[in-house]
Amino acid sequence: MVDTTPATAVQHADPAATPRLHDVELTINGQTHHLSIEPNVVLLDALRERLGLTGAKKGCDHGQCGACTVLVDGRSMNSCLMLASMADGCDITTVEGLAKPDGTLHPVQQAFLEHDAYQCGYCTAGQMMSATAILNDPSIERTDASIKDAMSGNICRCGAYKNIHDAIKTADARLNGGE
Amino acid sequence: MRAFDYTRPGAVDAAIATHARANSAYLAGGTTLLDLAKINIMQPDQVVDINGLGLDRIERLKDGRVQVGALVTNTALARHELIETHYPVLSQALLSGASTQLRNKATTAGNVMQRVRCPYFRDGTSPCNKRDPGSGCAAIGGVNRETFAVLGTSDQCIAAHPSDMCVAMAAIGATVSVMGPNGPRDIPFDAFHLLPGTSPAREHALEPDELITHVTLDAPPGGARSGYLKLRDRASYQFALASCAAQLSVEGGVIRAPRIALGGVATKPWRATDAERMLDGKVPSRALFEQAASAAFNGATAYEHNAFKIPLGRHAIIAELGALTGLETMQEVS
Repeated sequence: MVDTTPATAVQHADPAATPRLHDVELTINGQTHHLSIEPNVVLLDALRERLGLTGAKKGCDHGQCGACTVLVDGRSMNSCLMLASMADGCDITTVEGLAKPDGTLHPVQQAFLEHDAYQCGYCTAGQMMSATAILNDPSIERTDASIKDAMSGNICRCGAYKNIHDAIKTADARLNGGE
Repeated sequence: MRAFDYTRPGAVDAAIATHARANSAYLAGGTTLLDLAKINIMQPDQVVDINGLGLDRIERLKDGRVQVGALVTNTALARHELIETHYPVLSQALLSGASTQLRNKATTAGNVMQRVRCPYFRDGTSPCNKRDPGSGCAAIGGVNRETFAVLGTSDQCIAAHPSDMCVAMAAIGATVSVMGPNGPRDIPFDAFHLLPGTSPAREHALEPDELITHVTLDAPPGGARSGYLKLRDRASYQFALASCAAQLSVEGGVIRAPRIALGGVATKPWRATDAERMLDGKVPSRALFEQAASAAFNGATAYEHNAFKIPLGRHAIIAELGALTGLETMQEVS
């Protein structure tokens, strides 16, 4: 997909000083996108405003809440604290890329559904992306304490933490044969 | 976020030359820079992305030291076999900091360069000598609890240095290697971060346009053991109220080569050299650890809301020394 429309307008003290656009190639959920984008556009805004991938949410916009979490080359990152330009050439997975093309849910999604691991749902995409990364990372111990610690960058202001934790344990059992 | 130009050079020399051409900021992980650019605390006209410079390797040098590239992420450093094996204090400190997502992005040099978490610095309007020299310090006489220091403060600034990683590096001993317009140079880790004194806006020893290329960790002495204890308001994803990084060995029943550094309580990663001298060559005991811990806080200045950090910091030292020497100390802490 090639998208050559100008990037979303941003604040400029002096319109004549508008920085030049920067060309980036992003592979998102297996599909390659070419964007011509202003240097100050963060990956989260590029996903949401340019590519229509609104699963990743803007909560705090400062890397504190985790609602914007996506996988970049397999690792969880705050897409609000990363310029789209920095992601040039990277392989990105968003929540839209978790389920199979036929609609079969990813084990993490299925477990969140079964455990009712959300209330308002605003943090859920970020929670599931962090959970997916953790369950793919053998260096993170499968103890309650270490899972909670690894998930602490995802805030749920509804307080659904218990069910989120239970869902992750269930998904771990199905993905990795954990208890 | 404010507008800026973006370049991604492929060589260190080019990065430095590009940086020198405008009001610039180097961009590594971006977790500090973009956070602060969004609230106009950092206002670069140009960001120089250094992720293409190949500074992302960890290697053991022939002299036993370990060289860490500027762009090694906090996660990669914490999980590296050399670090887990020879510098547990560093691995523990890194994993106690920030969140998984931030550690995956944040870099070694970026952590060294991270800015203070003082809310008056970050709000953009309060008097702050660090952000707006000469304007005053709203924290002195303000709400000065979590992110404020009791050691190394001045009447101009009392913001605590926020890093865990740097506290471990201070305890290990390290050298910061930089490249600049005038070539490379090495800065001892203890001399890299500056006390606020009368010029809190100057936070480190870097000259204009200089770029950190790597940090080299001293070789630990034979038989050394090390660890990091972080005390905070909640169990994860929180800055230290007080922390202690310690490295030492015990030979023939006495402590050798003790190194202690403190976090959360000081305006820079804080070597407790008086405490180290008191411990060296002595038989571990609760009484000795209490003496050393008291010495570490000699000259501390308590502010209205953070006086608790002095006993908390002392207890962090006592508990960590107890853990490293096998003495039970926690139950006796009163």
